[in-house]
Amino acid sequence: MSNTPDQDKAHVAFQGVTYSVPGHADAPVIRDLNLRVERGETLVLLGESGCGKTTTLKLVNRLLLPSSGEVLVEGRATSRWDAIRLRRRTGYVIQEGGLFPHFTVERNVALVPELEKWEEDRTRARVRELLMLVGLNPETFAHRYPHELSGGQRQRVGVARALAAEPSLLLLDEPFGALDPLTRAALQQEFAELSLRLKKTVLFVTHDLREALLLGTRIALMQAGKIILLETPEGFLKSDEPYAQAYLETLRVTERERTPLTWRDQ
Amino acid sequence: MSDAWEFFRSNWADILVHVEQHLWLVLVSITIAVLIGVPVGVLLTRYKSLRGPVLGLANIMQTVPSLALFGLLIPIPFIGGIGRSTAIIALVVYALLPVIRNTVTGILGVDSSVREAAVAMGMTNGQILRQVELPLAMSVILTGIRVATVITIGVAIIAAAVGAGGLGEYIFRGLRQFDNRLLLAGAVPSALFALFADFALGLLEKRFDVRRRRSGEKRRRHLLLRLAWAVPLALGLALVVYGAWRGAGFSTGEPQSETRERVRVGSKDFTESVLLGEIVAQMLEARGIEVERRFELGGNLAHQALTSGQIDCYPEYTGTSFVEIFKHEPITDPGAVYAEVQHEYAAKFNIETSPPLGYSNDFAILVRGDDARRLNLKTISDAARVAPRWRAGFGQDFMSRADGYAGFARAYGLRFREPPREMDLSLTYRALASNQVDLIAGNSTDGLIAALDLFQLEDDRRYFPPYEAVILARRDTMARVPALMEVLKRLSNAIKTADMRRLNYEVDGKRRDRKEVAREWIEKAAMSDK
Repeated sequence: MSNTPDQDKAHVAFQGVTYSVPGHADAPVIRDLNLRVERGETLVLLGESGCGKTTTLKLVNRLLLPSSGEVLVEGRATSRWDAIRLRRRTGYVIQEGGLFPHFTVERNVALVPELEKWEEDRTRARVRELLMLVGLNPETFAHRYPHELSGGQRQRVGVARALAAEPSLLLLDEPFGALDPLTRAALQQEFAELSLRLKKTVLFVTHDLREALLLGTRIALMQAGKIILLETPEGFLKSDEPYAQAYLETLRVTERERTPLTWRDQ
Repeated sequence: MSDAWEFFRSNWADILVHVEQHLWLVLVSITIAVLIGVPVGVLLTRYKSLRGPVLGLANIMQTVPSLALFGLLIPIPFIGGIGRSTAIIALVVYALLPVIRNTVTGILGVDSSVREAAVAMGMTNGQILRQVELPLAMSVILTGIRVATVITIGVAIIAAAVGAGGLGEYIFRGLRQFDNRLLLAGAVPSALFALFADFALGLLEKRFDVRRRRSGEKRRRHLLLRLAWAVPLALGLALVVYGAWRGAGFSTGEPQSETRERVRVGSKDFTESVLLGEIVAQMLEARGIEVERRFELGGNLAHQALTSGQIDCYPEYTGTSFVEIFKHEPITDPGAVYAEVQHEYAAKFNIETSPPLGYSNDFAILVRGDDARRLNLKTISDAARVAPRWRAGFGQDFMSRADGYAGFARAYGLRFREPPREMDLSLTYRALASNQVDLIAGNSTDGLIAALDLFQLEDDRRYFPPYEAVILARRDTMARVPALMEVLKRLSNAIKTADMRRLNYEVDGKRRDRKEVAREWIEKAAMSDK
């Protein structure tokens, strides 16, 4: 509350954040991270496994607390937020969806509204609305269990659940990572359209450059717990940062290899 | 088999009482085990460092043999003693491990992404436990409860040894009395009960198996779920209420009515002792005394129960007390043994020894009647000659006591073809009759001696001390209940060896009801008048 106007503008701000696993202070996962996520933007954290991008995400909804420095959400340090309150107003989607296998689709989506003690009618209407928003027919899907859904459908439910209590901030941790390429592409496209409509602040973790370029308003490239490049997609494509170049190279390598493969097939 | 069916038909009311006692023991024990085990299990998932020690302790407790555990609990004040409380504590100890272990396994088995999602959605610890972890672990926890229940139904059989009642009474009695009908009356309901519990809890378990859920089953599942919970719950409640209403027939022993005097009559765990206990009980009842029967106490439970005030009197044999309780070397003069025993009971335990009942139940060295006739065996010395070709079987009691096997074999220079087999006393009769062994040590008043055509060899070297039957009674009870004194006086010298053997035979041989046999004797011996 006592922060500068500059910090108030940012939805999420990392200020000199270091995080190390308790007992491993000599090998921090995040090193002196500074980052501002503006309201309404989709910031993609891009990097290889183990670079600290998931940890960065978990610092936002206080699944983890920084070892030093501060993470500000709406101008207030996460350590000063009530963890439960902070999490309920922050949507969170993870790779396997993390749906509750003993709840129907309807109850999964209704989880946070029910925790927040919404009226039953309001919750039910919200669940219908969200299921339609993520492209699932409520009549068909509301009473199914997660194990009765395909991977793509589960991921849609995961997104619906994260949106249920109308959070202004969404955290997504490789939400489409476990899907087959076709479903994945379709969902990426849908999500891109969805996020344009919803005007939420989104922090999106991926190791897939295509996904980052498609969804991000800005891309933060991470390596060994640090952000080494922070650029718009256009800027990223033009960057001469060697690590970014290496990433871009993966796209071209795929192109180049296609020819001999086709040739061999004939 | 038709014999057994007939027995079931004519004794169903009594069997039901035992089934109810058994159910009650199991239900109460399992309920307590679940109420303790699930929270402890949850705690162990939160505090990793406690997991090893607590599970290890529960593991060790479960490896203590049940009979030993019951024995260990007897002398412990407040929680121990004879009767249901001891039994329930032991049963809970046995049931705890599977409940705790499966709670831990079930909760730790919840998918970490589900748990992470629950935290990230802003659920509190309590909400995560109640809405996510417990429901998802439920089928594993129920497996633990099912295993615990089946174990408990089995172990509860042993509870009869500490006077807690239940179906074990039939099984112990059946073993002692050589009566398959009693064995079946105990084993069949207990097995059915275990099968039913296994099946019903198995069904419940499947209901909680998340992978089996189908969208279409929503309504029906909820109804079935409710039923699956409601039926056992209602049954259990009904039983508990019924048990409470029936009063403290087997409660822990607080006097339930202030107006009538109450005496707790005990007995050891064989027919003759129970018959004597029953005779004392009925004679007391005839004098308007309320009697609580604590029969069939195994080992030296009867002695412990008497000295600790959990029973007021029980039948004993002077030789047994002389050697076993007071640790004297065996001597052969009955009068000297009686005098010494009477003195020591009074001095050490404030316990009164009744006048001798009139017979003694000595160790009887028994062989098959046809062997005795064929080999012309009259005395133990005669048998010592052929013994190297024979096998012997003895009860645990005879093998271990001071006046038992070791001294006996030394006195007669006995050697057998192989070391004697140690088994339950009642089984030795069966083993002898069915040629499994050739010589056993039974009791001289045993009804089975005539029933199975066995022959008692004469103790020609007078090795065995005299075992005159007496009733031991607490002096404080005798002061409080004059009728007890009166009954003990009436029984003085009232029962001859032949009488006792016949009474035993009525029960063991003819398989008649013990209460009925006792009642007949009281009437015949004109004990019923004041």
